[in-house]
Amino acid sequence: MDANSESLTQAGRESANWTLRVRRFIDRVLPMDHLLPDRQPYFVGSWVYVFGVITLASLVWVVVSGVVRSFMGPQWWHVSSVGRFFNSLHFWSVQMFFIFMVLHLWGQYFMASWRHGRAATWLIGVVIFAASILTAFTGYLSQQNFDSQFIAVNAKDAMNGAGIGAFFNVLNFGQMYGLHVMLLPIAVTFLVAWHIVMVRTKGVVKPIDAEGVSKS
Amino acid sequence: MKQKDMTQDEYYRGIRMVPYDLVKELMLALAGVGIVAIAAAAIISSPDEPPVTIASWSQDDPVDFVTTATGELAGTTTSAGYGQPYNSTEDAAQKWGPFSPQTWFGVRIPIDSANTFVIQPLQRAAFSNSELSSALDAWSKAGSDQQGKWTDAYTKALADAKVVDNKVTVADGDYGSLPVMMSNLLGMAQSGGLDGLLQISGRFYQTDYTPALLFMGDGGYLGTLADKWSLHGDQWGMMNETGQYPGQTWLWLYTMWYQVFPFTDEQGVLGLNAGNADLGVIIIMTLLTAALALVPLIPILRDIPRWVPIHRLIWRGYYAPRKAKA
Repeated sequence: MDANSESLTQAGRESANWTLRVRRFIDRVLPMDHLLPDRQPYFVGSWVYVFGVITLASLVWVVVSGVVRSFMGPQWWHVSSVGRFFNSLHFWSVQMFFIFMVLHLWGQYFMASWRHGRAATWLIGVVIFAASILTAFTGYLSQQNFDSQFIAVNAKDAMNGAGIGAFFNVLNFGQMYGLHVMLLPIAVTFLVAWHIVMVRTKGVVKPIDAEGVSKS
Repeated sequence: MKQKDMTQDEYYRGIRMVPYDLVKELMLALAGVGIVAIAAAAIISSPDEPPVTIASWSQDDPVDFVTTATGELAGTTTSAGYGQPYNSTEDAAQKWGPFSPQTWFGVRIPIDSANTFVIQPLQRAAFSNSELSSALDAWSKAGSDQQGKWTDAYTKALADAKVVDNKVTVADGDYGSLPVMMSNLLGMAQSGGLDGLLQISGRFYQTDYTPALLFMGDGGYLGTLADKWSLHGDQWGMMNETGQYPGQTWLWLYTMWYQVFPFTDEQGVLGLNAGNADLGVIIIMTLLTAALALVPLIPILRDIPRWVPIHRLIWRGYYAPRKAKA
């Protein structure tokens, strides 16, 4: 076998290797210098760009404080001052998460950040917003205090009116708690990771009507 | 090649790149948010108003408790005539024209208000109480017409009820077994026994509070407490919390619809009114959320950022040199 045919055989073996193909796909779509960039376009200089990373930082604090609380159980924070502190940390992290997520959303809207093939990134961002609202809602229902009682009694009418209440019973603490500490946080975290990967893959959008840029 | 099909390197070709430290930015954000959240947690804390129990309700407002329980027997409470998913009361479900998603999945969480909230708990308590046992027997043997007359008369009498030693007394009248039944139910509730009985499901572990919350929701006590915290729908309640704390402020648009026509009006317009406000608001919010998600595809909505010069503030560094050149 000559060197040429040996090289072709080697290439054939490599193309059949799934691991190698996945690695090459990742290298091509999202190389490390795009995922963790040390340079950015000069026009990325506004505080508006910081809202996204503050939202992400708030989410980290929400998850960390939530993990501690879920480990200790749903009643811990009612009977322990340390538990109350972690509830408060969770509460204020959530407030900041939403404040900066909304600022991020409005900022991206007025930058028309869906341009140049970024519509899916925008769409996933809106889905994250909706999923976060649902996650927070189940959190309010899982507090086991007066607020959660009153929210549950009133919210059932909206859920039932929409036909959702037959499966999403806001009066069922076990169901709301399970959704809040497990399924919904996983969904939000996964969607946020996906959103970030899409942003890093494409890079931030150019300014509106930038020189030499079509309106596509 | 169109911009949307370019790789990142192609997209940024010719654009000046400047140094950037993403990891440092994230770490600073983590530290900043952490400092603010920890300080707020330590200084401002968070709301935690204790929950209402059947016991606290029946102790604080025994007349409301007995009136609600009588209403459950009469079938006049909200839950008794709710419709799906709790029961199949006709024409109770919210609908907009022929559109009534509340009815689509039928009775998936069956609740028989009279039996679940009143009769069954009393039957459990009657095993060692011959007076109650006789009263329940008389109640069950009376026809529905007779039961209706008793509950009507008793409900009217409760309007002028007096509370003495935490017991409810009404003027003399023909109420059949009701005074004995209600006296026992109230005593059981005030002792805390009814809290447990409403959660009995035949299983040891229990995390579903549907029966107790529906029963409480039928009464007026929960709403009276909520009023002082401005938690009602017409008080923008979703945005509020107990105490001086923010609630789910991100639901401002959702709760706003409950404050405006046609959802504040019994007649409304185009079939949308106060009676089907929940369904109407859900429909509107679903459409608005879909519109927000699809902004990139919707003319005018996607063009507004180009017309409104907020982007020129955000990218003022980018636009400034171009002005200078001109």
